[in-house]
Amino acid sequence: MDLALQSLPFLTKGLLVTLEVSALVVTLSLVFGLTLGVVLVYGPLPLRLLVRGYSDFVRGIPVLVLIFAVYYGLPALKVNLGNLTAAVAALTAFTTAQVIETVRGAIQSIHHGQMEAGKAIGLGFGQRLLYIIFPQAIRRFLPPWINSVTDAVKGSALVSLVGVVDLMLAIQQVIGRVYEPMPLYIVGALIYFAINFSLSSLSRRLEARFSYVRE
Amino acid sequence: MRPDADGRPVVEIRGLGKSFGTNRVLQGVDLEVRAGEVVTIIGPSGSGKTTLLRCINLLELYDEGSIRLDGVEVGYRASEGPGRVRRSERELAPIRAKTGMVFQMFYLFPHLTTLQNVMLGLVKVRKKPKAEARRIAEHWLGRVGLGHKLDSLPAQLSGGQQQRVGIARAVAMEPMLLLLDEITSALDPELVGEVLAVVHELADEGMTMLVVTHEMSFAREVSDRVVFMDGGRITAAGPPSKIFDRPESDRLRTFLARFDQARLGRGPIPTD
Repeated sequence: MDLALQSLPFLTKGLLVTLEVSALVVTLSLVFGLTLGVVLVYGPLPLRLLVRGYSDFVRGIPVLVLIFAVYYGLPALKVNLGNLTAAVAALTAFTTAQVIETVRGAIQSIHHGQMEAGKAIGLGFGQRLLYIIFPQAIRRFLPPWINSVTDAVKGSALVSLVGVVDLMLAIQQVIGRVYEPMPLYIVGALIYFAINFSLSSLSRRLEARFSYVRE
Repeated sequence: MRPDADGRPVVEIRGLGKSFGTNRVLQGVDLEVRAGEVVTIIGPSGSGKTTLLRCINLLELYDEGSIRLDGVEVGYRASEGPGRVRRSERELAPIRAKTGMVFQMFYLFPHLTTLQNVMLGLVKVRKKPKAEARRIAEHWLGRVGLGHKLDSLPAQLSGGQQQRVGIARAVAMEPMLLLLDEITSALDPELVGEVLAVVHELADEGMTMLVVTHEMSFAREVSDRVVFMDGGRITAAGPPSKIFDRPESDRLRTFLARFDQARLGRGPIPTD
């Protein structure tokens, strides 16, 4: 217990890196995933196929392979990314694919009559998305999306494998000095749990806020 | 025609054709609706009635012929010709805003209150200030007898009430043509009357309407003209007295007879 408490200051920097990586991945994947998800549902056929292919491909390979491919593989194509950038890029690519599918599912759960009613009163495409589809789809979007967010936080531990000193690697570094793995892994687990538990609690609050009486 | 009708054609449809794959749903439809006129379309299921309505506000794009709304070709940049270019989404929205549509399944926005349902188009399409939009929406909701339900969500309303909101949402936009697509078909029988009464009032006030319905007695009362569609064509047209009392074609007679039988509880209920 003492050891666990003493180790905390050494973990803070790593924790910040974990939070930073997670926040970057979540934000970027939300922006890309929303855009590509809308393309997948409403875009012209060639673009749809492209997005479909991307999503299927990326979701079909392990994240770790993706991280190694970006960090160790891309330099062969003369693309050299730092370890942090490479890790964030790979995790973003992966989470984006998940967000694409979540967006698609949420949009398609809305009856096509909603889009038609919006057309009938003369709303443009963007207005229909903004005022009619998204406000209804968000309820279907939130639960699986929060899952992706917690997955991203947990997945961020993989960046330690390309040498980014995140919470995971910081823990291992402390273990390397004190030779007491168990208390430190417990501390690490609790920290990850605390982050994700607050996220899922927040999600439940949001879901309640966006729920309305169904037709 | 209503006394205040000026007889200017609001919509002119010429040689309209539409296919879904190999199925030719519309095969050369000609129809004109003049300002202040109420035209009712009747016909068996699959005859193309609903598709015709949906072509006018471009929920479907027609492949042949022409639809001119207020003199403007709706679906394409040029009127005729094989190489005509379809309009972009950006051009369609203002054309669609000239018509209003009421749907069989209402399609109210479930996340918005009654008042917000009616205000949305006024604010975002007609660019009215919020206060004015609210005034207009309250006026129309009052007109359809829902002045006391302004803050209800659609799910808290009966089917008849929801459909009256649907009508208020469409007419509040002051469309030059109101399209009614079987607006009572999804309602319990005892709720049909309250919705038709609203339409009746609008007709009396000179609202130009194109109505698809299976309510024959309503069609007879409210219409200036009735057209009978069959197999993607208009095969009979005329004033209600002519269509209902002196039907000329066998097909129309059979169609009307089936409705009478259904009403008397003999024979299958015609469906669509």
